[in-house]
Amino acid sequence: MSVLVYAESENGQLKKIALELASFGKAIADQLNTNLVAVTINCDNNDLLGTYGVNEVLATSHQGDFNAQQYAAILSEAAKSKEAQTIAVSSSADSRFLAPLVAVALNAGYVTNVVGAPISSNPFQVKRSVFTNKAFSVSEITTQVKMVGLSKNAFGVHENPTTATIITNFSPAGVTSDMKVTALDKATDTVTIADAEIVVSGGRGLKGPENWHLIEDLANTLGAATACSKPVSDMGWRPHSEHVGQTGKPVASNLYIAIGVSGAIQHLAGINSSKVKVVINNDPEAPFF
Amino acid sequence: MKILVCISHVPDTTSKINFVENDTQFDTQGVQYIINPNDEFGLTRSMWFKEKSGASVDVISVGTAETEATLRKALAIGADNAIRVNATARDAQQVAKEIVAVMQENSYDLVIAGRESIDYNGGMVPGMIAALTGMNYLNNCIGLEIEDNQATAIREMDGGKETITSPLPLVIGAQKGLVEESDLRIPNMRGIMMARKKPLTVVEPTQEGQQVQTVSFEKPAPKGAVKLVDPENIDELISLLHNEAKVI
Repeated sequence: MSVLVYAESENGQLKKIALELASFGKAIADQLNTNLVAVTINCDNNDLLGTYGVNEVLATSHQGDFNAQQYAAILSEAAKSKEAQTIAVSSSADSRFLAPLVAVALNAGYVTNVVGAPISSNPFQVKRSVFTNKAFSVSEITTQVKMVGLSKNAFGVHENPTTATIITNFSPAGVTSDMKVTALDKATDTVTIADAEIVVSGGRGLKGPENWHLIEDLANTLGAATACSKPVSDMGWRPHSEHVGQTGKPVASNLYIAIGVSGAIQHLAGINSSKVKVVINNDPEAPFF
Repeated sequence: MKILVCISHVPDTTSKINFVENDTQFDTQGVQYIINPNDEFGLTRSMWFKEKSGASVDVISVGTAETEATLRKALAIGADNAIRVNATARDAQQVAKEIVAVMQENSYDLVIAGRESIDYNGGMVPGMIAALTGMNYLNNCIGLEIEDNQATAIREMDGGKETITSPLPLVIGAQKGLVEESDLRIPNMRGIMMARKKPLTVVEPTQEGQQVQTVSFEKPAPKGAVKLVDPENIDELISLLHNEAKVI
């Protein structure tokens, strides 16, 4: 019996969302009076997880590109070997990709977009956002094994120092896959919307793509990610990957700066989880206000 | 090639969200329903395969009789057959299992479901269908080509994208980018007339049980007061962000 988290790393280093997820896992483990186990894949700084309350790290390696089926198999086997009662994952694109596979393998009830520690552990109830951030629900998981997906920036990073035991001889049986990654196009020098503490977003008020240097300059100065409203991506001023809102990406940054964005209900739904919003608009009646 | 597109019947994106019966039920009064946008991107892409290579396209929804209007809209856009599993959707695994039960009656080469619905935002039905059937699976799909039983798909990930090849059968989680917003089709009169004659089969549910249940709903706390800062007084804004909000 334990709580198990999947602590993601990139280039061998734990991501910030992994530390937040460990902090969240620690809160669940305390509620259930059990220990916290993390699974890492190709991670070099496993010791750091102890700072956030992880008692044991199953450190595994994987050859080749990310493969959801193979990563899900590693997590499922780790959960079984530790008899994990609760499994927590982040809201990264990779974790959202692989988590449903784990939920089916473990016959676990799975709830995503969880916004805080469980309200109660028996019955197991969590608060989650629904209707694309326009509301919350209290959801109850009734299966023996439970799985939760934590919304980004919803719990925060909290230290709970302990010494993590690093297990390096956990080598789950692999699964084969006939899916192949043939090209990878990943920006290495820009901040992504998913990881950003600050997001600077532009709307139609910018008048055209030629004015986007205003957004980019501000974002560079602040170390922020750039984003845009739906009409801007539909008109091809900016790529779809920058569209934030109900049908685009959610933003849960500490600071969201919207420039020339009116704040239609669909846009607000996507950015509601940001903590502080700054709106620059010459229309005092804009829906944002 | 046989394609199955999973359709979720969801409130229009502009809907005001309210709850009734002591905050335990969604208030459907005055709400217009639409095809879940992420599903519609997938449906529109499947129309392209239908026109290019003669693929047949079935649409499926797990829901009560009200969802039929949304399925008819999918038929008007160009799907060939609609299937409604006559059950109230309780949770994602039940929905995925009902769809898999129908899939076992017809073997599909490609199954498309939106990466998430805009109402309950679970984001797990396509992955669960893949896990239950052992089919290959790709989420956040923003590009898809199929040639000689081999799919080449683009997956959006945090901070980039990757191109993946996979043999069929394949399940994808669709989103914007798979087709452009401007590619979406508004059904014309002929499509609407033809949709009335296309088969809409109702099948009875096969799954029991529930893993997750909604206990109650709540609305977010009302928005706090807006602080207006004069454009001539940028120092005040910086001070508010630095000293008060402590975000820069």
